[in-house]
Amino acid sequence: MYRSHVLVCGGTGCTSSNSLQIIEAMEKEIKRQGLEEEVKVVRTGCFGLCALGPIMVIYPEGSFYSHVTVADVPEIVEEHLLKGRLVKRLLYDENAESGEVEKIKSLRETDFYKKQLRVALRNCGVIDPENIEEYIAMDGYMALAKCLKELKPEDVIKIVMDSGLRGRGGGGFPTGKKWSFTAANAADQKYVVCNADEGDPGAFMDRSVLEGDPHCIVEAMTICGYATGASEGYIYVRAEYPIAVKRLQKAIEQAHEYGLLGENIFDSGFNFDLHVRLGAGAFVCGEETALMTSIEGNRGEPRPRPPYPAIKGLFGKPTTENNVETFANIPQIILKGADWFASMGTEKSKGTKVFALGGKINNTGLVEIPMGTTLREIVEEIGGGVPNGKKFKAAQTGGPSGGCIPASLMDTPIDYDNLTAIGCMMGSGGLIVMDEDNCMVDIAKFFLNFTVDESCGKCTPCRVGTKRLLELLDKITNGKGTMEDLDKLEDLCHYIKENALCGLGQTAPNPVLATLKFFREEYEAHIKEKKCPAGVCKALMTYSIDPDKCRGCTACARKCPAGAISGNVKEVHKIDTTVCIKCGVCMETCKFGAVVKK
Amino acid sequence: MKTIEELMAIRDKAKEKMTVREDTGDNAIRVVVGMATCGIAAGARPVLSAFVNEIEKRHLKGVTVSQTGCIGMCQYEPIVEVLEPGKEKVTYVKMTAEKAVRVVNDHLVNGNPIMEFTIGAVTK
Repeated sequence: MYRSHVLVCGGTGCTSSNSLQIIEAMEKEIKRQGLEEEVKVVRTGCFGLCALGPIMVIYPEGSFYSHVTVADVPEIVEEHLLKGRLVKRLLYDENAESGEVEKIKSLRETDFYKKQLRVALRNCGVIDPENIEEYIAMDGYMALAKCLKELKPEDVIKIVMDSGLRGRGGGGFPTGKKWSFTAANAADQKYVVCNADEGDPGAFMDRSVLEGDPHCIVEAMTICGYATGASEGYIYVRAEYPIAVKRLQKAIEQAHEYGLLGENIFDSGFNFDLHVRLGAGAFVCGEETALMTSIEGNRGEPRPRPPYPAIKGLFGKPTTENNVETFANIPQIILKGADWFASMGTEKSKGTKVFALGGKINNTGLVEIPMGTTLREIVEEIGGGVPNGKKFKAAQTGGPSGGCIPASLMDTPIDYDNLTAIGCMMGSGGLIVMDEDNCMVDIAKFFLNFTVDESCGKCTPCRVGTKRLLELLDKITNGKGTMEDLDKLEDLCHYIKENALCGLGQTAPNPVLATLKFFREEYEAHIKEKKCPAGVCKALMTYSIDPDKCRGCTACARKCPAGAISGNVKEVHKIDTTVCIKCGVCMETCKFGAVVKK
Repeated sequence: MKTIEELMAIRDKAKEKMTVREDTGDNAIRVVVGMATCGIAAGARPVLSAFVNEIEKRHLKGVTVSQTGCIGMCQYEPIVEVLEPGKEKVTYVKMTAEKAVRVVNDHLVNGNPIMEFTIGAVTK
């Protein structure tokens, strides 16, 4: 038996900051110290605190080390593993403050974790995702066994229906209902599809589940297959997620070895198999009909609904399509019961939701909270607030399909219906925090740029409409907008929403509508005063030098890439605004705060 | 895989390998082995392994084994401390792998500290 386990995060975030090299060095160093029989190194999925990566947790002490580098490895092995002394300088701050060895806060008690409730992420950062036995140790595949041995397909659907679980991909359609539609259609072949084509900028929940707990998706899809009468499943995952793809493939392989996929699973006569399909990264392929078209080998374009996939889906057969996070909840619901799940959350939104926190926030990372938690709790308590003492302005949810929640609505309990009521959208769970330095018109433009790029071009409202929207926004941020443009903008938004073929187009105007609703004064400032209040839109600002503060040190003039600053030593300098490219280097360089942006 | 029992057998076996990662909280009995240069030189390593293996063999729950540095009585190494919540600390000195097995049996399982191995008995 190993007396100590060293868990190192192998999620995408930590991997890109060298966690694999750390694991390698760790194993080498442990061997050098002759500890290989005593200490085990485990590569896990994402812990959630990506901002502190690479992350390492050493048990039995539960010491939480952050920002670990390869150079720290010999010290950790010699001090902690060999001599039993904590490497205090690497302990996560919240832990380090308490100082005493005896008083290390357990991970779960830190501010970041204590408000969280982990259902979909329960195994992420806890088990080795490439080891099926560790998943089984956490009651993995028990739910599948229970379904196949004790429950009829209709019982399974009833449990899912009673739990109140709703689609976590953004739409929020009741999952049990979706399953029952497919189950009701008789066909020689049915399919289960898992949508892992996570395309929203800033969202990485699905990736983390796939990387940290791939077996749970395999199990849930098999359960779905049993409940709906499907014998084959496809996981559509983007090729940009190589670690997730690899772990999924490994999980499928292992499940086959253990007889948990394939023929006659648990001697029940039920057969199920899974395939992984890689997407090339088109945002539209996250839309269910486009996704299925892409799996079939065609160009990823949506088609009109109805017929819905439950009637005519993949290869023209009845198909159940769910998002990764939706599936991740299923095994727990089966094991712990519908009542357990329904006891969490709000009246109409049950359970938990995973959010990917990003933008202007201290604890960038992955959090899972019960539905009904307020934005304030997420940003200020779990997220650790906005850095550099700046003021919170708004949070963008749902990426390019969603809207923003302004500071005034920070105490809204987050669930599907509340967000829809304020003109926002749950979306898949990207949560981008913005502070006073973000221009809301610019944000709308950023997302529009994205949807213009990603529009597949099949329907006119989306292809042409989003382009025209972007042009209007461009005009406004260049200071050439008129008040009539705002009305045009709004009209066009509603037109696109009503007429686009698929979800991409129907939701593309949301960022514009939401920012117009909550930050109309910023749009007006761009138009009437030709000013960008946040100082982001380049066309609307000028840099100048305050003659009272300038000491004539020439630092700015030497750094200016455009040669726009003139002046002699010890004389006040001047910026030629016709040459200035507004890069802001002078402002960063000036030690006296003499450069002003207006 | 044919039966739930099969799956449960794998689960229970795998779970045992992961007990070290459980959050035992404040109620755990802690066995602390002195592993500074003096301890290691005096043979603390086999003592540590003996504790770990014996605890595993007996499927003991709520016991963690960890190491610590030199506590200043190098002549009595290997030193092992057993800390039970709400009880006085017991310090064993000049430990060996064989003695460790007995400590697990008498002290950890049956709750009877072995007085003759403790520092009190040796320094008398």
